[in-house]
Amino acid sequence: MNRTATIKKKAKWVHKDLLGLEYLSKEDMNLLLDTADSFREILDRPIKKVPALRGKTVVNLFYEPSTRTRVSFEVAAKRLSADVINIATETSSVKKGETLNDTGKNIEALKADIIVVRHNCSGAASMLARHVNISVVNAGDGWHEHPTQGLLDIFTLKKKLGRIEGLNVSIVGDIAHSRVARSNIWGLTKLGAKVMVCAPDILVPSGIEKMGAGITNSIDEALSNADAVNVLRMQFERDEEGVFPQQLEYFKNFGITEDRLKKAKKDIIVMHPGPINRGVEISSEVADGLNSVILEQVTNGIAVRMAVLFWLSQARNKKGKDEDTD
Amino acid sequence: MKTLIKNGLVIDPVDKIEEIMDVFLSAGKICKVAKDIKTTADVVIDAKDKIVMPGIVDMHVHLREPGREDKETILTGTRSAAKGGVTSVLAMPNTLPAIDCVKNVKILKGIVKKNACIDVFIAGAITHGRLGRELCDFGLFKKEGLLAISDDGTSVDDSGIMLEAFTKAKKEKLLVICHSEDRTLSGKGLVNLGFTSTRLGLRGVSNESESKRVERDIKLAAKVGANVHIAHVSCRESIEMIAGAKKKGIKVTAETAPHYFSLSEEEVLNYNTNMKINPPLRSMDDVKAIKEGLKSGVIDVIASDHAPHTENEKDIEFEYAASGTIGLETGLAVCITELVHTGLLGWSDLVRKVSVNPAKILGIEKGSLGVGSDADVVILSPEKEWMVNKEDFISKSKNSAFLGKRLKGLVEHTICKGKLVYTKTD
Repeated sequence: MNRTATIKKKAKWVHKDLLGLEYLSKEDMNLLLDTADSFREILDRPIKKVPALRGKTVVNLFYEPSTRTRVSFEVAAKRLSADVINIATETSSVKKGETLNDTGKNIEALKADIIVVRHNCSGAASMLARHVNISVVNAGDGWHEHPTQGLLDIFTLKKKLGRIEGLNVSIVGDIAHSRVARSNIWGLTKLGAKVMVCAPDILVPSGIEKMGAGITNSIDEALSNADAVNVLRMQFERDEEGVFPQQLEYFKNFGITEDRLKKAKKDIIVMHPGPINRGVEISSEVADGLNSVILEQVTNGIAVRMAVLFWLSQARNKKGKDEDTD
Repeated sequence: MKTLIKNGLVIDPVDKIEEIMDVFLSAGKICKVAKDIKTTADVVIDAKDKIVMPGIVDMHVHLREPGREDKETILTGTRSAAKGGVTSVLAMPNTLPAIDCVKNVKILKGIVKKNACIDVFIAGAITHGRLGRELCDFGLFKKEGLLAISDDGTSVDDSGIMLEAFTKAKKEKLLVICHSEDRTLSGKGLVNLGFTSTRLGLRGVSNESESKRVERDIKLAAKVGANVHIAHVSCRESIEMIAGAKKKGIKVTAETAPHYFSLSEEEVLNYNTNMKINPPLRSMDDVKAIKEGLKSGVIDVIASDHAPHTENEKDIEFEYAASGTIGLETGLAVCITELVHTGLLGWSDLVRKVSVNPAKILGIEKGSLGVGSDADVVILSPEKEWMVNKEDFISKSKNSAFLGKRLKGLVEHTICKGKLVYTKTD
């Protein structure tokens, strides 16, 4: 672990929790990305395990169905030798009416070290973090943020293109209801990329330009100058007001197809946070094509989450030490 | 009981007084306001370096009783009011059950008679159960001595029913207080629409959801010439609407709450549910507009919209948390800090907004230190700084948007009808 030891010496990680990329500095993000880079190699070893989090307990507390993110966190924690406990709402006392705060305090009393929480309410992770002394990782809260997804998208881009600064990144799809879009915009703009969001007007949230993103309704414009396009899933289940375009209409106007990519930069990177709806926001040919990095994103996600869990546990260790000397 | 208040800076805009004087109270009335009053009294209060002003008339208060005694009661709510210098409140009718019939009015009156330490005036509901369908009997309300009607917390969506309400309210000379919110526009919104709602990933509430309904309410009231009062004005567009109506000579009055000129949407950015209020905290531009409206007189009244909620209803996910902040104990200090000490309003202007105007709008003989008036008096230290602490609230609920803030201006004594109902303890 020499590499992490050097990083540790140089770096200053002060956050108890990871709640969103809005709240991280450029330096914080670079530290996580560099650490993820050193962890990425572990995943290709025959024995994919290091002892960094030995004796630590990570609890996945998921109030929304999720396979990808939950499994990714679980794998990440296990690669670092942590113990992992998964709590899904169907099997917990949430069904008996226990509040999120109470559940969190109980998990803390069970001497867990990190809670990874996924919740349908924006701000749920922030609230939980205020109520427990252990670390909280936001694994997606409502429409607010999904910071590890943002980080893994950025990590993947950096791996592919060698830099973030100066890149043109377009995010296409339901921006209004997307936590992935928000985390990407905060993270990418802080690292110097130019972000453009592309969606029908109804799915562009008010004031998004103040987050540093440009706006277009034209998919061709979004693709014309882009080094990468991040294609969001159409979350039809969130369409409570019935304002979403029809699936076919959406595909016609905003779907990422080979024809459209022909007009873009030849080596444009195509990303998608998954799960993909083939033929709705992206064609199968593109999803499985040469420009797609969708499955690399999944692998990189593990490395990024390892980095997050690692630094949060470091911050906690440090905090413990400080308290001892008081 | 005779009380002599010595050497305070007496503020009484009705009699155009703003100078150092003594005030003598006897038998629950103001007896004399003059320099160097020489008389014997049971209590002598030294008010040197202090402000002496009429008790506050807070025309927008949720006392929660009957029905939600876990949030507030007449006993705790009126004691909380006394601590904030408030000697008269208008109790909003969104209790459980709502104050929508004579029986419920009588229940409330019974509790008030037993437990209130200040004057509690009652507003009745506009519609049964505040459901916006069937009008209450305003004639009977009037006989019971009610001053105003309101479905506060919601707006009567059906314009036909609202027009009928204005017509009948005019006949009974009842004030109609409007919670102006078009829910087809505000929907499930939680915070101000714009950068804030987008940043937080929460549904937004547009300024238009308020101003469009303000426009409707004023138009309907004007059509029949009813007295209409717009509650908790929060945004620029509403101010413009009200200013326009006043210019045309329409009988409309308007109120804002301290949080709308002292806090902006930025306060919500950490998902602090004490900042979840309806209408929501708005942009800095709206805050500016509210201040201008207070200065220009478009806004007549500052009222607390005291909205107590239990911790169980507040300390949860933002989306699920109840809306509102308590305000009885902080309102005056927020006004002094944000309006008087900044030079926006003079002391007399402030007293007009918190005492004189609401009394006039409600048609009650309050808000004056004139001889013969009810001896409702506040004595306060205008320069004293204090920190808003959860532990210090008398209110049963602690959901204050001002927790942790430093305010300037502290109530030392509150006297209601000659009786000392609050004295600050150190």
